[in-house]
Amino acid sequence: MDVKLDGETVVDLKPVFGYLHRNHEKIAENISYLASMPFTDRLDYFNSMTNNWAYAIAAEKLVEIEVPERAEYLRVIMAELTRLVNHISLVGFFVNDLGALGTPLLYAFREREKILDLFEQASGARMMCNYLRFGGLRCDVPEGWLDRTRDVVDRFPKFLDEYEQLLCENEIILSRTQGVGNLSRDLAVSAGITGPMLRASGVNYDIRKVDQYGIYNRFKFRVPYSEDNVGDCYDRFMIRMLEMRESIEILKQALDGIEEGPVMGNAGKVFKPKPAEAYGRIEAPKGELGFYLVADGTPKPYRFRVRPPSFINLTVLRDMCIGQQVADAVIILGSIDIVLGEVDR
Amino acid sequence: MSLLGAGILKGMAVTLKNFIGSYFDKERLNTLEYIWQTDKSLPKRAGDYPKEEGEQLRPTTTVTNYSRNFPMLLHDDGEPMDTIRCVACQICERECPPQCIYIEKSGDKKERPGSKPQFYPATFDIDVSVCMSCQICVEVCPFDAIVMNSQFELSTPDRFNGLLLKRGDLLKSNQYYHKIHPEEAASRDKRIADDKAAKEAKKKAAEAAKEAKKKAAEAKAKSEAEANSKEESKDTSDTSQVFTQPNKEEGTE
Repeated sequence: MDVKLDGETVVDLKPVFGYLHRNHEKIAENISYLASMPFTDRLDYFNSMTNNWAYAIAAEKLVEIEVPERAEYLRVIMAELTRLVNHISLVGFFVNDLGALGTPLLYAFREREKILDLFEQASGARMMCNYLRFGGLRCDVPEGWLDRTRDVVDRFPKFLDEYEQLLCENEIILSRTQGVGNLSRDLAVSAGITGPMLRASGVNYDIRKVDQYGIYNRFKFRVPYSEDNVGDCYDRFMIRMLEMRESIEILKQALDGIEEGPVMGNAGKVFKPKPAEAYGRIEAPKGELGFYLVADGTPKPYRFRVRPPSFINLTVLRDMCIGQQVADAVIILGSIDIVLGEVDR
Repeated sequence: MSLLGAGILKGMAVTLKNFIGSYFDKERLNTLEYIWQTDKSLPKRAGDYPKEEGEQLRPTTTVTNYSRNFPMLLHDDGEPMDTIRCVACQICERECPPQCIYIEKSGDKKERPGSKPQFYPATFDIDVSVCMSCQICVEVCPFDAIVMNSQFELSTPDRFNGLLLKRGDLLKSNQYYHKIHPEEAASRDKRIADDKAAKEAKKKAAEAAKEAKKKAAEAKAKSEAEANSKEESKDTSDTSQVFTQPNKEEGTE
């Protein structure tokens, strides 16, 4: 960040990024559709499952493949577990930025570890899962996996209670986050902010409810959003805590509803769509993650574009920071929840 | 807020509970051991894994039955190069997203037990410093020749040659695969057997169909021939009718 200061007050700020640019979109134009799937893991490396899903949705729109029921359920389970992983580590990093070094972050990582173990058992890798495929999943989950997931999900609220007790009423956190980094509803909407950040500014908008992609219309869950027009760091922090509770509700319903069956639809061996274009989007833990694909009839995409939530949410950093203290700029950045792998691609 | 600092005290109570719990409560120790390990013979903690000679490239083993790291080439029972499954079709080389596989096809074909002679890879290198463990090569392989290993201790002082795995390093037996990924290997073997059975059944059916077709064709030919001969005989009879009036009765029969 290039920051101009007047004493301790931020006068101007410009985020400088691009140091993690890996040319993802151009590489994807030169390899087959399937071969781009592992690269999507590396966009937002905390949430590889949801990245896979957004890409799979875009590709499935191109050729209209049916996804089997069990695969849809497993996708929802994976996505919601990913949301837990993302939000819990975000909260940990956020209070780490506040100066609570170590303790809350390590508690968060202790819980994250359990979910990563589940990912490893299902997909073979802890973070770079590469688990979803066009038309389903790479393989079924191993025996007993659903019971272990249920175990983790059932224990999670207990940890959340403890975590809320630890953080939510802490006077230091309250005084450092309330009224800091305000983002008004109008600015959030006009800047194209999505995800928890938009909801913290008081807009009730969740793509899980709007698009109802996958089988989200079968689950009963609430979308937490702030009612006032403040949108400060504390709102953004609390929204994530509340969203985790709703994710657990979805997970419980999905684990009850899942049935035996195939996990892979009848996608052909060679993925070669006819000339068409498609935009697939999902509610990733950080906001709207979209993939725009243009097919030209060859096995490689003609154009491959990612709409990364982190990047677009980062654009309002300057507006939120001006007039704040320099120490608060760090917290505001932390509350946006960016992953630079996704910002730079 | 009733009392200033109450929230902080509450938080400190949680920390204290966790601190004490970390000595007694099994639930709070989960990062120390892999509690969900299904195979009890696998190491409990990093550091006390078994070391075997010969089977592995370096003294190392796997953490869980599900983890994947870098690819390896499979061979069946017998001499590795005689039973290697890879036929150097180079599909994995083409599909590999970071382009880390390098294959040279052999000039000659080699006898395989239970199949016709096939090509084999004269060179098969994987640069694991480039490989991103994505498993695409495993999925595209039509011969089930390449699967994921889970060796993770591959550190070496030689950055270039040390991390370039050659064919000899990559070749592993099917038993080794069964050892590190029991469930996956079993399902893969089952699928191979099913495919083979289906293929054989298809072949048999095709042969049977061929036979039937042949028989049908023969029968048809026979009947046609008969018909022809009949017609011919008719014809001849006709002609005979025309030309040989005295043999009329014989000819019509």
